Amino acid sequence: MAIVAQSSKYGRVSRATLAWVVGLLFFFPIFWMVLTSFKTDADAVKPEYLLFFQPTLENYLNMTENYDYWRFARNSVITAVFATIFALAVGIPCAYAMAFNPSRATKDVLMWMLSTKMLPAAAVLYPMTFLTKSMGLFDTHFLIIVVLMLINLPIVIWMLFTYFKEIPKEIIEAGQMDGVNTWGEIREILIPLAWGGIASTALLCFIFCWNEAYWTVRLTTTEAATLSKLIEGNRAPEGLFFGRLSAVSTAAVGPIVVLGWFCQKQLVQGLTFGAVK
Amino acid sequence: MGRIQLEKVSKSFGDVEVIPPLDLTIEDGEFAVFVGPSGCGKSTLLRLIAGLEDTTSGKVLIDDADVTQVSPSKRGLSMVFQTYALYPHMTVRKNIAFPMRMAGLSEDEQEKRIMAAAESLNLTDYLDRKPGQLSGGQRQRVAIGRAIVRDPKAFLFDEPLSNLDAALRVGMRIEITEMHARMKTTMIYVTHDQVEAMTMADKIVVLQAGVIEQVGSPLELYSAPKNLFVAGFIGSPKMNFIEGDEASKHNAKTVGIRPEHIDVVESGGAWTGTVGVAEHLGSDTFFHVHDTGLAETLTVRALGNVALNHGDTISLSPRVNEMHRFDDQGLRIA
Repeated sequence: MAIVAQSSKYGRVSRATLAWVVGLLFFFPIFWMVLTSFKTDADAVKPEYLLFFQPTLENYLNMTENYDYWRFARNSVITAVFATIFALAVGIPCAYAMAFNPSRATKDVLMWMLSTKMLPAAAVLYPMTFLTKSMGLFDTHFLIIVVLMLINLPIVIWMLFTYFKEIPKEIIEAGQMDGVNTWGEIREILIPLAWGGIASTALLCFIFCWNEAYWTVRLTTTEAATLSKLIEGNRAPEGLFFGRLSAVSTAAVGPIVVLGWFCQKQLVQGLTFGAVK
Repeated sequence: MGRIQLEKVSKSFGDVEVIPPLDLTIEDGEFAVFVGPSGCGKSTLLRLIAGLEDTTSGKVLIDDADVTQVSPSKRGLSMVFQTYALYPHMTVRKNIAFPMRMAGLSEDEQEKRIMAAAESLNLTDYLDRKPGQLSGGQRQRVAIGRAIVRDPKAFLFDEPLSNLDAALRVGMRIEITEMHARMKTTMIYVTHDQVEAMTMADKIVVLQAGVIEQVGSPLELYSAPKNLFVAGFIGSPKMNFIEGDEASKHNAKTVGIRPEHIDVVESGGAWTGTVGVAEHLGSDTFFHVHDTGLAETLTVRALGNVALNHGDTISLSPRVNEMHRFDDQGLRIA
């Protein structure tokens, strides 16, 4: 504490300035996107309308009327929600087992899970497309849910594992002595105690699912297409439809930004990996 | 009923054998204390009985039924942990009710037992509080309450008092002893504190490096320790050990004599020395005596207040018939 108290005013000011610069740097593209979404496609590329222009809702109206925004949004919600639920359903028992009944292989298993994230997705693009098509799963909600769940499972298990590790082992053992079976222990003791950690894990997983674009774009056409696909569909090589693209993008990231805003505290806690008790 | 038997039970963690095969029987209704220095395997032994650790070999029997492969939840035992291990998200009432709820007892029965336990443990006013709002002693009472209501075959205590302050420890010690006298349920109690062992136990099991050194009643262990380890471990202050000529006189490699068996005399005692430290407690006086030519320090306990201080010469008369003789293996010579 003493060291913090002695830190100079200069240090505090420079830290605050740096934080603001970094914050604005991160925020700028979003600000620009939202601003552009209220311009017509023609205005969007004209330098004289950089900041001052005649705002229009045309892009948004166009989007809901012509591109069926709500269907993409519904698909995004369905796939992200179910992928998160399934990831937790698998991840909680898995992290429980590793946190409270570790074996010599536990560390290796955790590393192996993480290593799956090191594989470039493009490397398995062809087999994935081929397999899903031949199994009749291409462009189904089921496929997208499974894929989203699987690619997020390593991080979900890692996060939950870190949270569960903070629960004293004796409390779990007390449960065993009190006559609870494994499921009872998870339901009655583990989940209530690790609720904060589970919630932030779920939130992060949901955000990752929502934003995922590589597989959702490539493994869907219309039926299970998510908002990522909608954005991708409005991409034009010459940038002729910047207004429209910005509106679609804003509408796609909007819900998740709002959600993140409301759950800020949870999210920060989740990302600091239980450093905050 | 709660008769617990260990048959050739052993435990290894990887290549390290922490408990070589051992046999032990704890009779129904007995208060058994496992005592030994830290790392001697006493907690591991308790956890093997609880089922929280798997045995490497051997059998655990409860009331003659082999429970070696039975999960802890189905062994019918209750455990009180050193860290209390209360459920922090539940109130005291819910903590105590938890094992009963898991066992599917009716609400009425649960409430009846909660009230009975709360009353006997002075917890009635705290039933709606969370563990975080309680003191250490109260938390330990809740943990005991949670153990009682199950009506277990045996209670297992894993150093339950070591997180409490000294005054509270003495109080809880008496409460647990009274609880045992009232309930007459088998209790196994792990501690590193030999005073707890001596004051509470019907049967003490002294452990060192996973090996049972001696099993017996507190007074058996006090008056006839089987070897040097038990002799040195049981009794406070520690027994004095003397080697060399004095031991040879008694045909032993080592002789041991407890501080209370050395009398302080005016003059003409068999031994003389210089007082290093005198601890005047009022009821007793402890002398740490140097320059006796027998051992580096002799500890002597005199009743009442004896007016000798640092640097004074002290004359000592050992009670020869209270001496313990040990051979060169460190084993007791009868």
